[in-house]
Amino acid sequence: MALNLKTLANRPVRISSGHRACAGCGFPQVIKMVLGATESDVVAGCATGCMEVTTTVYPFTAWKTPFIHNAFENSAATISGVEAAYQSLKRQGKVDKEIKFVAFGGDGGTYDIGFQSLSGAMERGHNMVYVCYDNGAYMNTGIQRSSATPRGSHTTTTPAGTVRPGKAQYRKDLTTIMAAHGIPYVAQASVGNLVDLARKAEKAFNVEGPAFLNVFAPCRLGWAIPSDAAAQVSKDAMDCCFWPIYEVENGEWKINYKPKNKISMDDWMKPQGRFRHLFKPGMEDLRGEIQAEVDKQWELLLKRAGE
Amino acid sequence: MSEVKEMAAKQERQALTGNEAMALAMRQIEPDVVAAYPITPQTEIVQIFSTYVADGLVNTEYVPVESEHSAMSAVVGSAAAGARSMTATSANGLALMWEILYIASGTRLPIVMPVVNRALSGPINIHCDHSDTMGARDSGWIQIFSENAQEAYDNMFQAIRIAEHPDVLLPAMVTTDGFIISHGMEIVNTLDDKTIKDFLGTYKIPRNLLDVDNPITVGPLALQDFYFETKVAQADAMMKAKPVILEIAEEYEKLSGRKYSFFEEYRLDDADVAIVVLGSTAGTAKVVVDNLRKEGIKAGLLKLRVFRPFPYEELKEALKHVDVIGVLDRSDSFASLGGPVFSELRAAMYDMETRPLVTNYVYGLGGRDIDLHMIEQAYRELLEIKETGKVDQYVNYLGVRE
Repeated sequence: MALNLKTLANRPVRISSGHRACAGCGFPQVIKMVLGATESDVVAGCATGCMEVTTTVYPFTAWKTPFIHNAFENSAATISGVEAAYQSLKRQGKVDKEIKFVAFGGDGGTYDIGFQSLSGAMERGHNMVYVCYDNGAYMNTGIQRSSATPRGSHTTTTPAGTVRPGKAQYRKDLTTIMAAHGIPYVAQASVGNLVDLARKAEKAFNVEGPAFLNVFAPCRLGWAIPSDAAAQVSKDAMDCCFWPIYEVENGEWKINYKPKNKISMDDWMKPQGRFRHLFKPGMEDLRGEIQAEVDKQWELLLKRAGE
Repeated sequence: MSEVKEMAAKQERQALTGNEAMALAMRQIEPDVVAAYPITPQTEIVQIFSTYVADGLVNTEYVPVESEHSAMSAVVGSAAAGARSMTATSANGLALMWEILYIASGTRLPIVMPVVNRALSGPINIHCDHSDTMGARDSGWIQIFSENAQEAYDNMFQAIRIAEHPDVLLPAMVTTDGFIISHGMEIVNTLDDKTIKDFLGTYKIPRNLLDVDNPITVGPLALQDFYFETKVAQADAMMKAKPVILEIAEEYEKLSGRKYSFFEEYRLDDADVAIVVLGSTAGTAKVVVDNLRKEGIKAGLLKLRVFRPFPYEELKEALKHVDVIGVLDRSDSFASLGGPVFSELRAAMYDMETRPLVTNYVYGLGGRDIDLHMIEQAYRELLEIKETGKVDQYVNYLGVRE
């Protein structure tokens, strides 16, 4: 049965409430949707970061499914090892169940320090899903810039000062890099569209071989937004085309949402405290450059999708 | 024919390098998962093992990872999933695993890893010293050193049993001296596959990730309220490994005729002066001991096999009658008081009523040859110390240009 809100409601909830993530954090929804997208048993892993420290404070755990945390940069390698164990034991007749495998990581643990581990695991073809929850900075250590941080963003290592207006570089396009690995399924999703996210996770679990999901997941603290703003800021990120949702299935690019009324980057950035300094006088040119880059990337995506 | 000879006669005699012997041991262990990455001088082990996989001789899932960091990370995952898991490495590869070595032991996963000892860079050097393993001495891994290919072969099986023992559940590294053992060919007596399989039994850990009906969380956040207890539990398990090591050595001796313990004593009973050393250098030193004995000098040797757990009580007992001890360290700790074997052994002797005098020789760094003359020189210096009753210099560099 196709996944929709109704069928999703009947899926197993494999993360308990009472975990210690901030109110308004994006990633608990990511866990819930991804783990609920398969009816098979799932072993999950995650990189060091907010997700791990808020869900596994010993002697408690919020995970209702087997879970492993190893270190920061090796979520993909760790789950690849769990999957290898499964392949071996299944071949030897010591395990008979159908089990799925998923590794989670934030953008720091995925784009930066865990990039090699991710690339290696995907290249080796393990039957596993990797889910990056991208909140655009190292939030767990206190909002430091990562290669996923948008240009102009204030972080504690790219502070908006009198001379430098936040982060100088554009974000790395990791989803495209993962598509270039030639793995069967790559998708970009968002907590702004949970059904789409669950549907993509379902596909990711069902392909033979590795799959990668990059999921937009707001951090209210790092972005300086109200705790009830995650859904709206995520929807706006899709509407301004900063975070388009799309999928690359066996090399075919497909855009899942095209805004009828595209909003400007200014509209999206303005409510977020991390971009506040960009709205001071004299910052118009920088905002113009940011807008032009997002437009360029959107055009490129349309072209890739044959539109 | 003695019982030992009888047992040896049942074994196959093969000419093997240390790496070949360890690879053969891995085939006989037939781990469920091997994740590994090439590095000289270890590469051959996983290369040979890959041919076993390619030819279907083992059921192992072989994961050719993109770094040693991922090798250790993957075997942490697979061991936690209930699979007997191995990797292998050397030097910089071990250094790259560092972070995860602690996680493997802290998570109490009985991973076994051959480490072919090689100097750490820089400058880069591919030859033997013990700086790699010694740096990892506080990582919570059992550390077993081998004098030759035969010991490397035998130590591998014992390491599996020790690591997986329910009182222990700690990872273990089995080391050989890079090139000296790893690439040197010797006669190795090997046991048949069935004997090994029966000796090893099946891998079992109390809980695993693939037991999906009983979900567990591995690797949680343990803060000020629990972390300390987990560390003390590790220290306790390391102490409990001591009787297990002896028990398993005894069991293995019954199969192989070869005797193992924490260390080997060579003409030590009545020795006035003795050298304590790890690995292949023990073989060279035994020749020196024999030569000196012919001169009427009471020279002896203690070859340390198990460095972690450090058998300090037993070492004290074995060395208490010796007047002067020279500890040979194949790694330095740069202006600490001597190399790791020296400082630990010397500390162990502190509360003895009559303490032997102890001096340290750091030797063989980066594969620098150690020959009979150098070891003899060290023994003669020990005799001088015995005469004067005084150690003038604690740290001596043996075989280095002035």
